[in-house]
Amino acid sequence: MKKLVALLVALMLCLALVPAMAEEETPKVKVGFIFLHDENSTYDKNFIDAAVAACEAQGVEYVLKTNIPEGQECYDAAAELADDKCTIVFADSFGHESYMIEAAKEFPNVQFCHATGTKAHTEGLSNYHNAFASIYEGRFLAGVAAGMKLNEMIEAGQFTAEEAKVGYVGAFPYAEVKSGYTSFFLGVRSVCPSATMEVTFTNSWYDEALEKEGAQLLINNGCKLISQHADSWGAPTACENAGVPNVSYNGSTESACPNTYIVASRINWQPYMEYMIECVKKGEPIAADWTGTIATGSVELFPVNEKAAAAGTVEKLEEVKNALEDGTVKVFDTATFTVKGETITTYKADVDDMGDFVPETEAIEDGEFQESKYRSAPYFDVNIDGITILGAD
Amino acid sequence: MRKEGKEPLIHISKRAALPWYVAWGIRAAAIVLALVVSALICVIMTGQNPLQIYGAMFTGSFGTVRKTWVTFQDVAMLLCVSLAVTPAFRMRFWNIGGEGQTMMGCLASAACMILLRDVLPNWAVIVCMVVSSIAAGAIWAVIPAIFKAKWNTNETLFTLMMNYVATQLVAFFCVVWESPKGSGKIGIINGNTHVGWLPEIFGQKYLLNIVIVLILCVLLYIYLTYSKHGYEISVVGESERTARYVGIKVSRVIIRTMLLSGALCGIAGFLLTGGTSHTMTTTLTDSRGFTAVMVSWLAKFNPVWMILTSLLLVFLDRGASDISSKFGLNQSFSDIITGVILFFIIGCEFFITYRINFRKAAGKEAETHV
Repeated sequence: MKKLVALLVALMLCLALVPAMAEEETPKVKVGFIFLHDENSTYDKNFIDAAVAACEAQGVEYVLKTNIPEGQECYDAAAELADDKCTIVFADSFGHESYMIEAAKEFPNVQFCHATGTKAHTEGLSNYHNAFASIYEGRFLAGVAAGMKLNEMIEAGQFTAEEAKVGYVGAFPYAEVKSGYTSFFLGVRSVCPSATMEVTFTNSWYDEALEKEGAQLLINNGCKLISQHADSWGAPTACENAGVPNVSYNGSTESACPNTYIVASRINWQPYMEYMIECVKKGEPIAADWTGTIATGSVELFPVNEKAAAAGTVEKLEEVKNALEDGTVKVFDTATFTVKGETITTYKADVDDMGDFVPETEAIEDGEFQESKYRSAPYFDVNIDGITILGAD
Repeated sequence: MRKEGKEPLIHISKRAALPWYVAWGIRAAAIVLALVVSALICVIMTGQNPLQIYGAMFTGSFGTVRKTWVTFQDVAMLLCVSLAVTPAFRMRFWNIGGEGQTMMGCLASAACMILLRDVLPNWAVIVCMVVSSIAAGAIWAVIPAIFKAKWNTNETLFTLMMNYVATQLVAFFCVVWESPKGSGKIGIINGNTHVGWLPEIFGQKYLLNIVIVLILCVLLYIYLTYSKHGYEISVVGESERTARYVGIKVSRVIIRTMLLSGALCGIAGFLLTGGTSHTMTTTLTDSRGFTAVMVSWLAKFNPVWMILTSLLLVFLDRGASDISSKFGLNQSFSDIITGVILFFIIGCEFFITYRINFRKAAGKEAETHV
């Protein structure tokens, strides 16, 4: 009897040791991804491709969860992933943020990374992080290409320098979109100083018909070139039909617009995803706010469509790109734009998103609007001279 | 009096009541068949061993302690909405507006959490949430009931339409109260202050919800089985004329029962927003208002049996979702699996109620019909 008891005790000890030993192993990195839609959306496809490439490059396990709405489903998915032993959980859409924060509070040993969010720097959670990219640099470059096209058309006598007006189809009148079109416009004006711009908003991130209509309205208003910040191919298609040159975003639309598509910029999320994986591998903290730049490979231009672009565009873009990288050209240099006829020397931006909509952070420093300095998501929302917003009186 | 030669190959006739063990045997067979067919689909799509698929199905619901809690929480919420629609069903009032009535409960709770958080102390906010959610659900249910009682409108269509109105109201207020700005979503409400959040008991996030719904379940069982109201509901359900003949005011029973239905849906909405998710979205009710119809029906409108039927549906749903994420399939795949399983479960009820007669069996069938 005693022997049996001893045997049982020994057996139990052995069994108890097994999980203890297993825990001592270095934790394996496993990344769980949450996407708003699936690969049929250009926005999410950009993230999904980057996620797969980053995990394969880093040799880590991953789980993809697609079609997760911006609601309690996001919290459920994040908690489920954390429960399935993911060490990093990543979500790709703005509206996922509060649910990610909720999950981050519940799983302090899992890192939660959220693209395009605004709250990591005020939330004070060591395992919750935001990331974005200085896409305004990419848009500035795309603007340079657009400006050169305008110059070419002016020289060819198609219209006068004063008539050089560009149109922009934006999604919502938020900082992210304003920062985008303003940087694009500043890029245009850096090579074509007489240019002006008209902006129209669709109030939707994806509405092909509205985007098409918006582009058509701008063309009818006399815009000579169109760019957009919305996710469908509505605007580029309208431009191709009307023979108006256009600059796209997030994806090359060359296949649909072989004669009018000039260039597009996009955010490449792979560098950030590899960064967060490496941090967890090494046991280092992930930055609360991480901004990818041209230098990190996070901001990219698609190849220029030589058929539509002005001669010498590729060379000029290379030159401006180098200047942006070494800091000799700054996108939001206050000397390059005015507000109500005056150069601005001070501007309070709403960086801390406390739901109060009260701007609190001085953003102008050293003659430049410091975009991406205080948080990764854009907060430039200045209405500068030369840009007319349609429907806003 | 059909002529011999014109008898169709197949015809369907109603069965006499089957003994309970045969009925349950058919149901069990349907579930087994459903599992076999869904495993076949999985094997064809993924090439995985079917045993692994069943394993994934089980771990989807009970794989970890947390998953088990979530499963029981889901069961509780589905059960709560199912309890809500049941009294109306027992009087043959087809309330398929549980979705909208629950959503109105969510909306009322969310409104209290957002508008009263700086005005009232936490306990008062919760009291307001309970009262307003119950009222909102009840109002949403009583509108079609009044129309039915006064003008005999079609309650199925009316309650269905009320769902869409509720969804649009929720969508509207999601934009009004959006946070952070630009998202068009409310996000987690009072994430840092926890105003209006139901307290955790014994450190368990979902336990309070589960306990509340279990209590409701028992109370409803007693109400329907032993109270005078419950008896009146059954009589109205059997025959409105009989009810009138014995002196039951039918319109009063309809309105009273729908108020109860709506109030219970309101409680479900309150528990979802205040207890489980602390948010409001158009998908928060997750079609429970419709799934509840099935839960209630499968359990033959018996609140206690409904614990089992809602567990079954939640188990299948969570299992299917786990299979699709474990084997790297699109989320739609889990919908396909759930669809297959539900097809069998609902289909088997047909075979329990009816029999299919082939032409050859015509002689035998005549005997059984004596």
